[in-house]
Amino acid sequence: MGDLFSNFLTGSVPIEAYLGVSLIMFFAGVYGFLSRKSLLMILVSIELMLNAADINFVVFNRYLYPGQMEGFFFTLFGIAIAACETAVAIAIIINIYRNLTSVEVGEIDEMKE
Amino acid sequence: MQYTLLIVLLPLISFIFLGLMDSKLKPKVAGIIGTSVLGIITALSYTAAFEYFTMHKIAGVYERLIPLHIEWVRFTEFLHIDLGILLDPISIMMLVVITTVSFMVNLYSTSYMHGEKGFQRYFAFLSLFTFSMLGLVIATNIFQMYIFWELVGVSSYLLIGFYYTKPSAVAAAKKAFIVTRFADLGFLVGILFLSFYTKTFDFGILTSGNPNVFASTVGVSFMGLSVMSWAMGLIFIGGAGKSAMFPLQIWLPDAMEGPTPVSALIHAATMVVAGVYLVARLFPVYEVYAPDVLHGIAYIGAFTSLFAAVIACVQTDIKRVLAFSTISQIGFMMVGLGVSGYGAHEGLGYMASMFHLFTHAMFKALLFLGAGSVIHAVHSNEMKDMGGLRKYMPITNYTFLIACLAIAGIYPFSGFFSKDEILAATFEFSPYLGGVMSIIAGLTAFYMFRLYYSIFWGKGHKHAHDHTPHESPLAMSIPLIFLAVVTIFAGFIPFGHFVTSDLANYDIHLDMTVAVMSVSIAIFSIGIATLMYRKESKIPNIMGKTFSHLHKSASNRFYIDEVYIFITKKIIFKNISTPIAWFDKHIIDATMDGFAGVTQWTSVKIKGFQSGQVQQYAYIFLLGTLIIAALVLFV
Repeated sequence: MGDLFSNFLTGSVPIEAYLGVSLIMFFAGVYGFLSRKSLLMILVSIELMLNAADINFVVFNRYLYPGQMEGFFFTLFGIAIAACETAVAIAIIINIYRNLTSVEVGEIDEMKE
Repeated sequence: MQYTLLIVLLPLISFIFLGLMDSKLKPKVAGIIGTSVLGIITALSYTAAFEYFTMHKIAGVYERLIPLHIEWVRFTEFLHIDLGILLDPISIMMLVVITTVSFMVNLYSTSYMHGEKGFQRYFAFLSLFTFSMLGLVIATNIFQMYIFWELVGVSSYLLIGFYYTKPSAVAAAKKAFIVTRFADLGFLVGILFLSFYTKTFDFGILTSGNPNVFASTVGVSFMGLSVMSWAMGLIFIGGAGKSAMFPLQIWLPDAMEGPTPVSALIHAATMVVAGVYLVARLFPVYEVYAPDVLHGIAYIGAFTSLFAAVIACVQTDIKRVLAFSTISQIGFMMVGLGVSGYGAHEGLGYMASMFHLFTHAMFKALLFLGAGSVIHAVHSNEMKDMGGLRKYMPITNYTFLIACLAIAGIYPFSGFFSKDEILAATFEFSPYLGGVMSIIAGLTAFYMFRLYYSIFWGKGHKHAHDHTPHESPLAMSIPLIFLAVVTIFAGFIPFGHFVTSDLANYDIHLDMTVAVMSVSIAIFSIGIATLMYRKESKIPNIMGKTFSHLHKSASNRFYIDEVYIFITKKIIFKNISTPIAWFDKHIIDATMDGFAGVTQWTSVKIKGFQSGQVQQYAYIFLLGTLIIAALVLFV
């Protein structure tokens, strides 16, 4: 462990380690999105996927184009957009709850026909 | 004479104004506007007639004036449609006839139609009709005539169907429109034939007598008839439709469903003579290039005349009697044209026909307006509800009598002069045809006096209403009196000085043999009618029983309507329309239904995809992404 930590500080952690983390996060999000019944949990899953993408931006910037900043800025954008999206989503969820007294995704099919 | 444009335009403006304002105007105001516009154009027409006929003649011949000529649409070098005003003796005469009768009818209607629903609409339509009819007679070319010809048909349709809540009126309007429209198809094809070979629509060029115009028709024939015979024959079919010649006469009796003043204007005096006018307008062409068609017109006219006169003898609806009498008299005009030649004396038939058109318009309008006055008083069209009315309605009685004497051809009333000239011309053409026409003249006298006695003489029957019949108000009496005066004196107009086939002067000589003969036949027929109908007698019943077959078939109008129904329903509908309808329903419609069916079927099948479950959508999306990714990576 100590090795890994010192490697991280010196910048010699292999890129695969980061990508592995983001891969797990992303598919955890996908799995959550498909399997959770509550809208709130689905929202959390979406956040997971977004964060996985953000990590990728940072990692690729750091390893492939050191000295440039675009990837980092993109990450900041991503975080801001995620925040906005969460606000909107929660507003929608609250409205759905008021109308249907439920946030179960399976019950929201009023617009089908 | 540019102001003649106003004669045509004022009724149009009046129509648009009355039509747009409709019920925003008080009925009285609409009546006043319609009538005063007609009054103005009547005065203008008289001025135009006076100016035209007193104009300096070139070598004793009236000029053709074209005060206005606009090229409206040009397609190619030859094919162009023009609008204009053509003034020559017959169009001037028609202007006078149309405006006079129309003015009288408008004046009469202000009282007759009083309190009717749609009073303003009625006056708007009258103006539209007057406009179209005037446009028809002043047409400079055959296409302009065709345009107004159709407009006349439309306004006739609108006026017959004026009481549009009455199913019989709607049916009659449709019948009139469809029958005349059907005939107009012939007219249009004829126009196309004629103009294809002559390269012109213009009446001036067609009737100029220049043989070069018709050079390309020489030797062209189709099914044994020359192309000019075809063209002129087809054009005559259009005229036969409007003028109710056999076998296209079926619409006119039914057209009596319209208000009575409309019958007086359209179905007695003006529109129905449009066919006669058309033949007269193209007379030089008929005479030189299609004499066989012209003779055919004479025989069709004679047959129609006889046929209608026989039917008129047994009808019981007074307006129908007048309708059949109109058909019969138009037959006379057609015979006059058909037997005529070109030139001074040979053109007697032409002159006589136009003269008869003029006098007939006046006395037939008078008869219809008189009948309207009677109907107004007793609220019925049936003879059996009338009788003994002479005590209550003196003005109507005397004016009606004058008109009856005129149509019967008694000296010195106008009908005598015009009918006599037609008979004289017919005798010169063929003594047999002359004999037949004389018999028809006798029949005319008989049925008119049958009508007259049934209405005004005999015992007063129990009337279908509770008040005693009374004379009509002034607005209705004035037209009657005016037309009666015209009917008395019009015969003395030296008509040959105004209207002849070659536009030159012609002095009418009374043929004394024909005159004496026709008057004695007329008096004899009137005598019979007096015997049979003046007082109640058994003779009509006995006659009816003796000739029961003839009587029955004549009162059923010789089953011509039934023949039409048979041909249309049993033959055309059953053998042509039904298979076509089947094809439409089972082939064309079914193909379209098939497209719709397949689309619907597919939709039902794939409907399950749209479950409303967001996660299912996402799952499919993911699957798709993975498949594409796999394809990109491994293929």
